[in-house]
Amino acid sequence: MNNNSKAARIAIYAGLILWLLINLFPVYWMFTFSLKNNAEIFGQNVVGLPQHWLWSNYTSALKTGKMGIYFLNSVIVAFSTILITLVAAVMATYALSRLIWKRRKAMNKFFMLGLTIPIHASIVPVYVTLSRMHMLNTYWALIIPYAAFSLSMAILVCTGFMNEIPFDLDEAACIDGCSVWGIFLRIIVPLMRPAVATVGIYTFLQCWNELMFANIFISKTALKTLPVGVQALSGQYTTEWGPIGAALVLATFPTLLVYVFLSKRIQESFIAGAIKG
Amino acid sequence: MNRMYGNKLHILIFLLPALLLFCGILIAPIGASFYYSLFEWNGMSADKTFVGLANYKEVFTSIDIGFMKALRNSLLLALLSVFLQLPLALLLALTLGKKVKGERVFLSVYFMPVLISTVVIGQLWLKIYNPEYGILNVFLRAIGLEKWTRIWLGTKETALGAVFVPTLWQYVGYHMLLLYAGVKSVPGELREAAMLDGATDGQVNRFIVLPYIKPIIRISVIFAVTGSLKSFDMIYVLTNGGPLRSTQVPSTLMIEMLFLRNRYGMGSTIAVLLIVLCFLFALIISALFKQED
Repeated sequence: MNNNSKAARIAIYAGLILWLLINLFPVYWMFTFSLKNNAEIFGQNVVGLPQHWLWSNYTSALKTGKMGIYFLNSVIVAFSTILITLVAAVMATYALSRLIWKRRKAMNKFFMLGLTIPIHASIVPVYVTLSRMHMLNTYWALIIPYAAFSLSMAILVCTGFMNEIPFDLDEAACIDGCSVWGIFLRIIVPLMRPAVATVGIYTFLQCWNELMFANIFISKTALKTLPVGVQALSGQYTTEWGPIGAALVLATFPTLLVYVFLSKRIQESFIAGAIKG
Repeated sequence: MNRMYGNKLHILIFLLPALLLFCGILIAPIGASFYYSLFEWNGMSADKTFVGLANYKEVFTSIDIGFMKALRNSLLLALLSVFLQLPLALLLALTLGKKVKGERVFLSVYFMPVLISTVVIGQLWLKIYNPEYGILNVFLRAIGLEKWTRIWLGTKETALGAVFVPTLWQYVGYHMLLLYAGVKSVPGELREAAMLDGATDGQVNRFIVLPYIKPIIRISVIFAVTGSLKSFDMIYVLTNGGPLRSTQVPSTLMIEMLFLRNRYGMGSTIAVLLIVLCFLFALIISALFKQED
């Protein structure tokens, strides 16, 4: 019996470690080949650590491959989207869960439809509208749609956090002579900080990794975001793998770095987004 | 207080930014997409030709467009997700849920691929699948299985499977995380009571944990199926629907109609069908789970 359960435990850990390695290996391989030359990647040293650490791959990716520009564009788009999403979502949540009116439940359900609507719904009309307004190839062409598609999830998360703020606070502030805006800005908004983090992380990842809109709405190199930029760069370096590896690492390390420090919070934001919806 | 919080103008002002964004980008375009789907239109010229439901008829019957083939491919991906990816995710969640050493480390690493951009993962797997230098074929040659090497993404028979593997690799961790959260929410007393009655681990999982996390399994199944229907990024990067459309899915077909063939009416038709299919499958799956209760 004892032997059996010991064997079972070993089997369980072996399985868990095997899956761990399957998860880590492609990422490890990406990091190593980003520092190798073709000779090493293609035969001499396929899976080992680089023999000569070829940092020039990163310079090529940043300069010739324009990863620096793409990176900056992604940062601009992601942070603008987060800002707009948060302002719109916190305001709407205040109206939906604090202010008193008849159809607020129905309105909340209406916003939650956004959790199911695929981005395909918007692609043609938004493209046509943007092109008529000469707004293709601008940051706004991405920021506005991204913010709109992040909204439902943001309202969902904000509602959870706002419901935990005691209503007594609103009443006390009201008695002290605060207006609606005073209560909102001085009481509610400062207490929404944890929601800001959760929504921010989730929205950041959506923007950082989005391909379809970015691919269609932006064709100017100077405005491309990382996913489209990486695609362009890999077309440029078809035979040299090192710089492509470097580009992949550059596009990935910010997310992984944040993940190392905030893994629990990031996981919670994904759970909140899926299960409450 | 109530009078201040009931002020209609305040309510409107607080709702306005969200309403504008939401209606302008999500709700109105659904109607607009349906409207466009009734026309033959090249996207540029001012005149559109009204054709009624002709696009819908064509999309279901035309072999040249190949929508049914694309739909079949995405449903195949959905089946693979539900019957390979989810069981694997469930197995991992159940195992991690019963206090193994290093639980946090395993969980965090398993979830990591979810955060990496699909484009990056796709580019990485392009390299892994490379017929000459990719580590998959290099590995097969190294262990003497030369005859198993393939042009994985360039062969009709293997392409769809080769596209599915990185998708599985990327999203197992996502489903695992949701299911793990469910497993962790099972009240300890329920488990203990069953254990006291002499239930084995397997029985506890089957009769206590699984019924308890059923709502989450339902969510996972819905995400897996609608995610497959909408799948775009991975296929766009790896094969863009080829070879010979063997990995074509509705999204890649939609993009082809819009931007290669300039058929905006047809592209919109496919978009409308995708929206309808996503809602439809979500409803059907929910109904199936309800019926089981």
